[in-house]
Amino acid sequence: MEFGTSGSLNEDGIHVDMDRLKKGEVNLGTSIMAVTFKDGVILGADSRTTTGAFIANRVTDKLTRVHDTIWCCRSGSAADTQAVADIVQYQLGLFAMRNGKPPTTQTAASIFQEICYSNKDRLSAGLIIAGWDERHGGQVYSIPLGGSLHKQPYAIGGSGSTYIYGFCDSNWKEGMEEAEAVAFVKEALKEAIKWDGSSGGVIRMVVLTAKGADRHLYLPDSDYKIRHAT
Amino acid sequence: MPGFDFSNYNRNAALHARGVPLPKATSTGTTIVGCIYDGGVVIAADTRATSGPIVADKNCEKLHYISPNIWCAGAGTAADTEFTTALISSQLELHSLSTGRKPRVVTCMTLLKQHLFRYQGHIGAYLVVAGVDPTGTHLFTVHAHGSTDKLPYVTMGSGSLAAMSVFETQWRPKLTQEDAVKLCSDAILAGIFNDLGSGSNVDVAVITSEKTTLKRNYIKPNERTQKLKSYKFARGTTNVLNEKIIRKEDLGNFVTVEEISVAGPGDQMEVDA
Repeated sequence: MEFGTSGSLNEDGIHVDMDRLKKGEVNLGTSIMAVTFKDGVILGADSRTTTGAFIANRVTDKLTRVHDTIWCCRSGSAADTQAVADIVQYQLGLFAMRNGKPPTTQTAASIFQEICYSNKDRLSAGLIIAGWDERHGGQVYSIPLGGSLHKQPYAIGGSGSTYIYGFCDSNWKEGMEEAEAVAFVKEALKEAIKWDGSSGGVIRMVVLTAKGADRHLYLPDSDYKIRHAT
Repeated sequence: MPGFDFSNYNRNAALHARGVPLPKATSTGTTIVGCIYDGGVVIAADTRATSGPIVADKNCEKLHYISPNIWCAGAGTAADTEFTTALISSQLELHSLSTGRKPRVVTCMTLLKQHLFRYQGHIGAYLVVAGVDPTGTHLFTVHAHGSTDKLPYVTMGSGSLAAMSVFETQWRPKLTQEDAVKLCSDAILAGIFNDLGSGSNVDVAVITSEKTTLKRNYIKPNERTQKLKSYKFARGTTNVLNEKIIRKEDLGNFVTVEEISVAGPGDQMEVDA
């Protein structure tokens, strides 16, 4: 990797500026979201991964399992978010074995926050954690760039989310039925993909309920209408 | 004081700020690809290594051995791809010996990504990891910053766009081994002919559960042929205007000559063998 061009040498000494975003890094210029509904939560994401103007992967899976019914949506640096998710998956696996019961979504979100906050200068990771657990049902947590943690009824993230704040605010309803919530996520992501150049490809979803995880896949060929097998 | 000395980092940053360029590394401005088929996986690479605008090696090897059933194709900094694959190959063999199991492709991919992530992209290795293990056939890409992707067909390097255009138009599910080899070599040829950073020959490796076949220089589309005309100058093209011969005995008149005696008999060094 080359040095940034912003370094300087003067009487006060040497000044070195590190580029915030590392050069040539694989990025998830993304549209991601997670919503709570009557029986649990739904996570949704587009599938575009870019390196500059090049699409490195058009069918990326940005919905990552960290435990059976706790998943996360990843945005920002692909390398950073994969590394963080791998660590959390390991921690939650260990937690479940030690305690003989699955971790709560809040526990998972706390581990995510610990990593994101204590390494805030080194990471570019915007995460949404969503999960279902026996005690609290469906929950959604958002961890933006600085490493803060926000519990929300629904969360949107990534570069494409800016285009759907209005849509989500006016169409969101508390305690939706599953089909209604799936339609809400799909319509929101369709708009985000339509307006954001860094988002695109297929729409992936994961529905988390008492019954476990259920994967959805919608292709642009059929205008995202038909659910395909994964 | 014990420990590392980082003072040269500041010196280099200061020199760079003053406009001194960094030294150039030999990079494999490359086309590498991989493709899964029914019964195994194929990876392929071109054989050009470059250092800036110079072709440093016309027939280098970009397919690296990891284990008998796992191979890597490397793009980016040549030295980094060479040493990271060798390092992970060694770690994987020790791991396989200690567990008594065959190495797995996911294990190899995880070791690579964790190693590369630790170095935050400073190790410029961009890899296609492919192999067959007891869990099945696998194909991954690993980027220098430590991110990974899992796809049925992949391309990397400067020629990845040309190669991907071949895959995106020709690829279909359930390929035969012959079809997969043809598709991969066509993708590399697209890189060789349309990308300036790629060139020379096509190397192919076919991995199945039974064996791995490395087809070194599978296609040589850039063979040097006899020139149609001779461009040698005929003897006497340059006419001689004058001639002066200096004999060895008279050399002393022009330079200082010192005779060196040879030490022992029969112990002389062969200088013009």
